[in-house]
Amino acid sequence: MNNAIETATRALWDAGDIGERDVTGLLGRLTGRGIDTGELFFQRTQHESWSLEDGTVKSGAYGHDRGVGVRAISGEKTGFAYAEDLVLPALANATDAARAIARSGQSGTAKALTRGQPPPRYADANPLTSAKEDAKVALLRRIDEFARALDPAVKQVTVRIALNRDTNLVVATDGTMSADVRPLARFDVSVIAERDGRRERGFGGGGGRFDTGWLFDTDAAERYAREAVRTALVNLDGVAAPAGTMPVVLGPGWPGVLLHEAVGHGLEGDFNRKGTSAFAGRIGEQVASELCTVVDDATLADRRGSLTVDDEGTPGQRTVLIEDGVLVGYMQDKHNARLMGVASTGNARRQSYAHLPMPRMTNTFMLAGASEPEEIIASVDKGIYAVSFGGGQVDITSGKFTFSATEAYLIEGGKLGPAIRGATLMGNGPEVMGLISMVGNNLELDTGVGICGKDGQTVPVGVGQPSLKIDQITVGGTSAS
Amino acid sequence: MGQSALLPQTDRDRIAADLKGLVEQILAEARRSGASTAEVAVATGTGLSVGVRKGELETVEFNNDRGFGITVYVGSRKGNASTSDASPEAIRETVRAALNIAKYTEEDVCNGLADAELMARTLPDLDLDHPWDIDVDGAREIALETESAALAVDKRIVNSEGAQVVTQRGCHVYGNSHGFVDATWSTRHSSSCSVIAADDDGMQRDYAYTLGRGPSDLSDATAVGREAGQRTIARLGRHPVKTGTYPVMFDAPTASGLFGHLMSAISGGSLYRKESYLLDSLGRQVTTPTITLAEDPLRRKGLASAAHDGEGVATRAKAFVENGIVQSYVLGSYSARRLETVSTGNAGGVFNLDVVTETQPVTELMRAMGTGLLVTSLMGQGVNLVTGDYSRAAAGIWVEHGEPQYPVDQITIASNLDAMLNSIAGSGDDIDRRHNIRTGSVLVGEMTIAG
Repeated sequence: MNNAIETATRALWDAGDIGERDVTGLLGRLTGRGIDTGELFFQRTQHESWSLEDGTVKSGAYGHDRGVGVRAISGEKTGFAYAEDLVLPALANATDAARAIARSGQSGTAKALTRGQPPPRYADANPLTSAKEDAKVALLRRIDEFARALDPAVKQVTVRIALNRDTNLVVATDGTMSADVRPLARFDVSVIAERDGRRERGFGGGGGRFDTGWLFDTDAAERYAREAVRTALVNLDGVAAPAGTMPVVLGPGWPGVLLHEAVGHGLEGDFNRKGTSAFAGRIGEQVASELCTVVDDATLADRRGSLTVDDEGTPGQRTVLIEDGVLVGYMQDKHNARLMGVASTGNARRQSYAHLPMPRMTNTFMLAGASEPEEIIASVDKGIYAVSFGGGQVDITSGKFTFSATEAYLIEGGKLGPAIRGATLMGNGPEVMGLISMVGNNLELDTGVGICGKDGQTVPVGVGQPSLKIDQITVGGTSAS
Repeated sequence: MGQSALLPQTDRDRIAADLKGLVEQILAEARRSGASTAEVAVATGTGLSVGVRKGELETVEFNNDRGFGITVYVGSRKGNASTSDASPEAIRETVRAALNIAKYTEEDVCNGLADAELMARTLPDLDLDHPWDIDVDGAREIALETESAALAVDKRIVNSEGAQVVTQRGCHVYGNSHGFVDATWSTRHSSSCSVIAADDDGMQRDYAYTLGRGPSDLSDATAVGREAGQRTIARLGRHPVKTGTYPVMFDAPTASGLFGHLMSAISGGSLYRKESYLLDSLGRQVTTPTITLAEDPLRRKGLASAAHDGEGVATRAKAFVENGIVQSYVLGSYSARRLETVSTGNAGGVFNLDVVTETQPVTELMRAMGTGLLVTSLMGQGVNLVTGDYSRAAAGIWVEHGEPQYPVDQITIASNLDAMLNSIAGSGDDIDRRHNIRTGSVLVGEMTIAG
């Protein structure tokens, strides 16, 4: 039942001869007059990556880090310190530094620890050891040859595999004791295609919380390579993107990055507690067209953004954010939930033990609607159809967001026209959500490549959506006609 | 509460000597375990970050970082490993992990340490270590003063994301099996503030910051706060823009990014991977002839100063672009060998780049533009270095007949980097000294603006 806790205490406590009684003592030292709550977050990460370029697996890297982050909270104040040595004197120093946020130094009593372990959302797999090194290297080489054979225009192929295992353990003054062992694997193919002096890049990739089996037992790696070559070739034929405001149809899956930017960040608890989000104080209001229901779901099996427990030890859960266009919930960690008088939604995440947790997204997506994808495209006289995107960014205060299309087409008279290149979409989250006039019946989640940045911290996330139509959004191309 | 995050000055030499010793030990361990050559980088640092919001202390973070990166070469095979664990077992395990990786990577004759004759022979003191003797209370006072100056700018400033004071000090050691080993102490301090203003049109946010090697290099708290408040207020009252083509002026911070794209496009990695619109650009015109991009790595107290690059290669002053023409790529050893040339001492990037050109007051530059857009912030990643295609979300000030009119927002600007850089029509004297790439405002030709 408590396998993760046993695995984690072995990995994190045994070498430094740390026991539960020591940790209870540290929590007592952390609490006391002026301190409301606090925790110790122990973590070990192991990562391995291999990359191929010019047909050669020329580099590989292995990394191993461990440490403990100690946080003390007093009202709205947070004290934080961390240590890399998992031995008692270092833990005690970090604890004292973190609790210095409160001016008095009396020790208190922390609640007795209760071991909690919700059902796991992914297997305790180790992607670093599930395949032999030579098999991984051979796979990269095979995919390189496969991609090059798909089209003579392919001039450059880069293939990369990145494998992680994160073992962490949280103990908190509220009695939480919880652990998680998180595998994370990712495979990327990037190509440069060249024809008639023009060069374009294409990309394909995916992954999730599992070991390398998906690469060796299925044709996933070949699919990523085909996708990379296909997108590069599509862009070779691209024409200049139009400029101006127009209807835009978004394809299913990865374009859900729009939701991530347009509404996701704006619904994180910290921004709403502080009133700095365009969505602050709007619970119960219509913030999107009634076709829109948006959820954040950490419980999906094996997904890149999934969490069995979050980084404060709260079980991952499914949270409805927008229901039929009405704002119904924010994503919360314990700190912001406590200050707002609500419960944590299991969205506390941190890049590592050396970073403070914040409310963050897990897998965020829009539920399917009723329209056939074809009828959505057919409804547009002149506009664009965007299928894939590079990075996006949002200013949660004004609500404006942007993202860059990496695969998009003109729509003319309800039919798909030529590919366009270099199109950037720009809009205002609350406004754009109100302009969604059709939602497809084809919900898809992305293939597992999302990385989200906030306050300088990155975490893996999932996004998704069905096809949908936005009646009007700014498209930033170079063709102003 | 009086805990200082800084190391006592007397420990400086001892710590540097210990870390150098550790690097030599790791190199010896790598050699014993079968590496032909190896290189090791060790970074340690301590720091303090104090944040306030709405007049109250909000966060106190102490950081204490350590990391080791080891690269081994077995013949021309390469393996990397890293760890934050300094125990002898962890170091042995990390060396073993790097050697294990090198067993499976393939031969690549371009791999290996930088050539021995390129190693830096003199290691001048670049005056980079200026610890700030400040505790939590002292940092809090500065942050409070900064935020309060921002909030006092205008009553339409209704909320705050807070102000922060950060001080960092670290020692970075690099060594390789040519016998090169060097330890550099450096400091970096900053303070910043971000506030929110509101009107009928909604909320707008902006920020200001100051950054320097020494505490005395930072702007005064009131000045930073006031700038944050003024920048935020300047965003209120926005007007729409009619889609069309107009000349565009980038303010100094955004112009710095523009030259950053150019430097990426002439960097070894982009070139040998053919991921650049500037392949085979040595000797080619890539900006208007009035522009020279000169590197000054040995500048005392510079934010990106270094006597050697990330491979021990001596850095040297040089121009990458002179009168608009590419004179040198940006190369480390590996990309240099791939391009059949020699490292330029830029493993890890460019060290203090100045945009050298004739400058004029910003007001004159605006007059030269006439009617167009002054960009003050950019969002998103819409720059494609392979094609030079440029399409990004922007905000700024609309200018008519050389006079600033009103803020504009939620627009996109699009063109191609090649066209933009070759149409530079003037530079401002408002040099932003907080960036590795120092430039003033830059006026470029027409771009497509959509709104």
